[in-house]
Amino acid sequence: MTLNWFRYASPATFYPLAGKMIPWFAWAAGVLAAVGIYIGLVVAPTDFQQGDAYRIIFIHVPAAWLSMFLYVVMACWSALALGFNTRLSAMMAQAIAPTGALMTFIALWTGAFWGRPTWGTYWAWDARMTSELILLFLYLGIIALRHAIDDPRRADRACGVLALTGVVNIPIIYFSVQWWNTLHQGSTISMTKAPAMAAIMLTGMLIMSFAAWFYAIAVALVRVRTIMIERERGAAWIAELAEVRNA
Amino acid sequence: MSTFFAMNGYGFYIWCAYGAAALALVVELLVLRSRRRSVLAEARLTGPDSATVPAGVTR
Repeated sequence: MTLNWFRYASPATFYPLAGKMIPWFAWAAGVLAAVGIYIGLVVAPTDFQQGDAYRIIFIHVPAAWLSMFLYVVMACWSALALGFNTRLSAMMAQAIAPTGALMTFIALWTGAFWGRPTWGTYWAWDARMTSELILLFLYLGIIALRHAIDDPRRADRACGVLALTGVVNIPIIYFSVQWWNTLHQGSTISMTKAPAMAAIMLTGMLIMSFAAWFYAIAVALVRVRTIMIERERGAAWIAELAEVRNA
Repeated sequence: MSTFFAMNGYGFYIWCAYGAAALALVVELLVLRSRRRSVLAEARLTGPDSATVPAGVTR
C-alpha cells in the first residue's frame, strides 16, 4: 500500500486527521506528566550538592530543549512554506510560535528560580541566558509581525523570512556553555558521554521531556485546526464540518 | 505533608517554578479554547461563500 503524504498537505484532509491525533497526544502528555512529576518530586532522592532545589530540573530542561526544538521545527515549516508556497506549512509554523514562546518563558522563569538558591541570583547577563532571552524576543517578534500584516499570505512570507533568519540563534544557545565562560553549567546529557546524573533523575527528566513534547504537539494541532477555520472560512469544506453546522 | 511542601527549605523556589509553569499551560489552554469557540462562531455566521472553490482544491 502506498501512502500519499501530499494528500495531507491540504487543510481539508489534514483537519480531520489532526482531530483524530489530538486525543492520543493529549492523553499521553497527561499520563507522562503525572508519572514524571511523581518521580521528580517524590521518588527521586535529594541531591547531595544542591539539596532539593535541583528538582526544578524536571521542568526546566524539558522546557528549554523544547523551546529550541520547536523553533527549528517552526523554521522548517516556514522554509517549506516559502519554498513550495503551501498553505498547511505556513499554518503549522503559525501554530507552533505561541507554544514555543511559552516554553521559552517557562525555561527562563524556572531557570531564575533555580539560579537564586544555587548561584545567588535570579538573573545574570550570561551567554546562555541572554541568548535564550533573545529566543523569546524572536518568538514574540514573529507573533507580533503576523498581527501587523492583514493579508495572511503576505504575513506567512514575512514571518517565514524572520523565522529563518532567527535560526542563527539556536546554535548560539546550544553551544553558549562551551564557547563562553558562563555561569550556567555545561550540559549534563551528551551524545558522546554517559550522563552525569543518577538514573532515576535522568528517567524522570526524559519522561517529562516526552510529556512536554506530546503536550506541544497536541496544542499545536488544536491551534492549527483553529487557524484553518479562521483562514479558510467561507470554503465549502469548513461549512460542512460537523462542529460548524451544529451550533 | 508539610515537610514535603517545605522541600528542605527550597519550597519557595520549587513551588514558584512548578506553579508558574502549570499556570502558564492552563492559561494557554484557556486562551486556545476561547479562540476556537469564537472562530467557530464566526464560521457559522459566514457560511459557505458563493464564489468559493470546492473542498479539497488548493488555492
